[in-house]
Amino acid sequence: MNVGLEHYLVVSALLFALGLLGVITRRNLLVLYMSLELMLNSANLALVSFSRFNDNLNGQVMVFFIITVAAAEVAVGLALIVALYRKRQTAHVEDLTSMKL
Amino acid sequence: MKVEALTWLVLFLPLLAAGIITLFTLRNKAVSATLSIGAIVTGFVLTLAVIKFGGWDARELSVNWLSIGSLNVDFGLKLDALSLMMLLIVTGVGSAIHIYSYGYMRDDPGFSRFFACMSLFTFSMLGIVLANNFLQMFIFWELVGVSSYLLIGFWFEKPSAADAAKKAFITNRLGDLGFILGILIIFTALGSLNFTVLESGNSIAALGGMATLGGLLVFCGAIGKSAQFPLHVWLPDAMEGPTPVSALIHAATMVAAGVYMLCRVFFIFTPDALTVISWIGGITALLAALIAVQQNDIKRILAYSTLSQLGYMVMGVGLTAPEAGMFHLTTHAFFKALLFLGAGSVIIALHHEQDIWKMGGLRKKMPVTFWTFMVGTLALAGVWPLSGFFSKDAILAAAHENNLLLFILGVAVAALTTFYMFRLVFVAFLGDRRTGVAPVSDSKEAAQAGDESMRQARRLSYEPHESPGVVIWPLRILAVASVVGGVIGIEALFGGMFKPDAAHPHGLLAQLVYPFQHAPVAALSGLAAFAVGLFAAWKLYANAKTDPLPDKLGALSRAMANRFYFDEIYEATVIRIHDAIAAIADWIDRWIIEGFCIGLVRGGTDLTGRALRLVQTGNLQTYAFLFVLGVAVVLWFVLGK
Repeated sequence: MNVGLEHYLVVSALLFALGLLGVITRRNLLVLYMSLELMLNSANLALVSFSRFNDNLNGQVMVFFIITVAAAEVAVGLALIVALYRKRQTAHVEDLTSMKL
Repeated sequence: MKVEALTWLVLFLPLLAAGIITLFTLRNKAVSATLSIGAIVTGFVLTLAVIKFGGWDARELSVNWLSIGSLNVDFGLKLDALSLMMLLIVTGVGSAIHIYSYGYMRDDPGFSRFFACMSLFTFSMLGIVLANNFLQMFIFWELVGVSSYLLIGFWFEKPSAADAAKKAFITNRLGDLGFILGILIIFTALGSLNFTVLESGNSIAALGGMATLGGLLVFCGAIGKSAQFPLHVWLPDAMEGPTPVSALIHAATMVAAGVYMLCRVFFIFTPDALTVISWIGGITALLAALIAVQQNDIKRILAYSTLSQLGYMVMGVGLTAPEAGMFHLTTHAFFKALLFLGAGSVIIALHHEQDIWKMGGLRKKMPVTFWTFMVGTLALAGVWPLSGFFSKDAILAAAHENNLLLFILGVAVAALTTFYMFRLVFVAFLGDRRTGVAPVSDSKEAAQAGDESMRQARRLSYEPHESPGVVIWPLRILAVASVVGGVIGIEALFGGMFKPDAAHPHGLLAQLVYPFQHAPVAALSGLAAFAVGLFAAWKLYANAKTDPLPDKLGALSRAMANRFYFDEIYEATVIRIHDAIAAIADWIDRWIIEGFCIGLVRGGTDLTGRALRLVQTGNLQTYAFLFVLGVAVVLWFVLGK
């Protein structure tokens, strides 16, 4: 079977949908965070495959940048979650409602 | 520079004084008084200089003040016999009153404020006198209203004074509404506000059918300011102010402004309007004289007397004799200011006792005050050859020529005038002392002073003595003016302006006998009225212990003492109706505007806000879900169709 652009894009879309499902349904902040990363990487996958099938390296370069920024972002996000956990002893979104009216 | 330019100084010096006093010298009594007195005395001297070097001829100085489209308003000075004479009265009599105030107000904590207000008033009054157009006159007219409000309510901590100030101000507003409507009618029809232009433009013909209405509306302003029936109620209450104020505003100048204005714009009145004016004046004169007969407060008697004399003046104007009205205004300014200042002198000597039935025997204790007061009384009563005789005679002669009914009314008022003035003199100055034993039960007084008990003690054991020189000298000067005012050519001056064709007496002797040659009936009736009044007063009040009139006249006397119930009638009608309108307006404001209009907007916003608040769950995942839903919808729109 010849694997084409469509296959990659379908995988990417599936990954994105799974990530979104995780973000909406899961309650644990860490899992939520992982789901977010999944969505990010599905977008990366789509970019790389476009780049590969259109013979244009711009997409791959872009992905490198995204991965770099995502790494930094993960560091900040995890640090925030850890700090929050230390303060509240919880990492569940239902418990974090102090900004609600 | 021509000598007329000095009149700018005359006008603005008092304003300057008022400004400096208010801003810088409120703490320093002597400087404040000097500034204020200096401003008006300088004004008097400058006016004399203008007349000496410039003569009485009519001339005008003006600068363009504002011009909008076809409306051109000057800020100008109109100088002629009328305004120059009035200028002399305001600055001359005003000077005497200012100097007197220095003695009268000496112990008052608001001394500097008093002089600032006096100077402001002088400025406004001079503005009316000098105005060369309707708009300028109206502005100063209102300024006079404001400054008189400030002065009447000078002792504003006394509720009665505060009320009187409000009453004067609001009553004047009523008249001023008519005044400005009249000005608008004239401007619409004639396109100019300048007196000289209006006078030369045959304004009655140009106004056509509106002429009578316009004239009467302008007259409304005079009704308010000169306290004519039916807006006369404010003047007696205005006596709550300090006595120099009563003398300055409510005898010599402000109330005369109405009459002055009538003479200034005499050319716009149609015969019909003049008939109404003369009858209003006559009715005022009669009513006020009747009321004065049964008043017991020395200042109120003088207040009603002022009303009555103003009625005379207005009647004179209405009888197409503005020169007689102005003549009476001039002499009246002299002797009424004198009477008020004399009353003030009595009031200080008696520690603010104003009831004549608690006075008595003051002739020996206060000889100067008594004799000057006597001169004022005789002048007011119209005794030949004092000033009042000549001016009153001029009006009576005009009435005799034009309207017999008003002539009889005028003679009756003259008799009443003599009667109530001599009642005052007999009771307050002659006879024996009544106080020293009389209980003090004056509620107005009680409200006024904090240390009332001390003052009461002082009053009960008072020993009246003559007032100091600063009080007496103005009395003497005004007394001289009251004596000679009738024969120094004022009549010829005004006559020459309003009726240049008629013959006017010149020379002292000619003036002394002129009334008897010109209109012997009027002159003799005036003297007969004096004799009747004097006889009745002597019969009733010489050595009277209490007032015999209430027993003789019964209900009529009660009506007089209660001012013919005008205040009560107004209370029951005008004020009641006004309260009802106010209540309706309040209801509309409260329920329709605030309740419905504002309530709808406010309630609508509130409800929408509440509904939208439900969307803000604060749950991150709900937001994410809604966000995705939104994206899906957008995608469906973009791609799906």
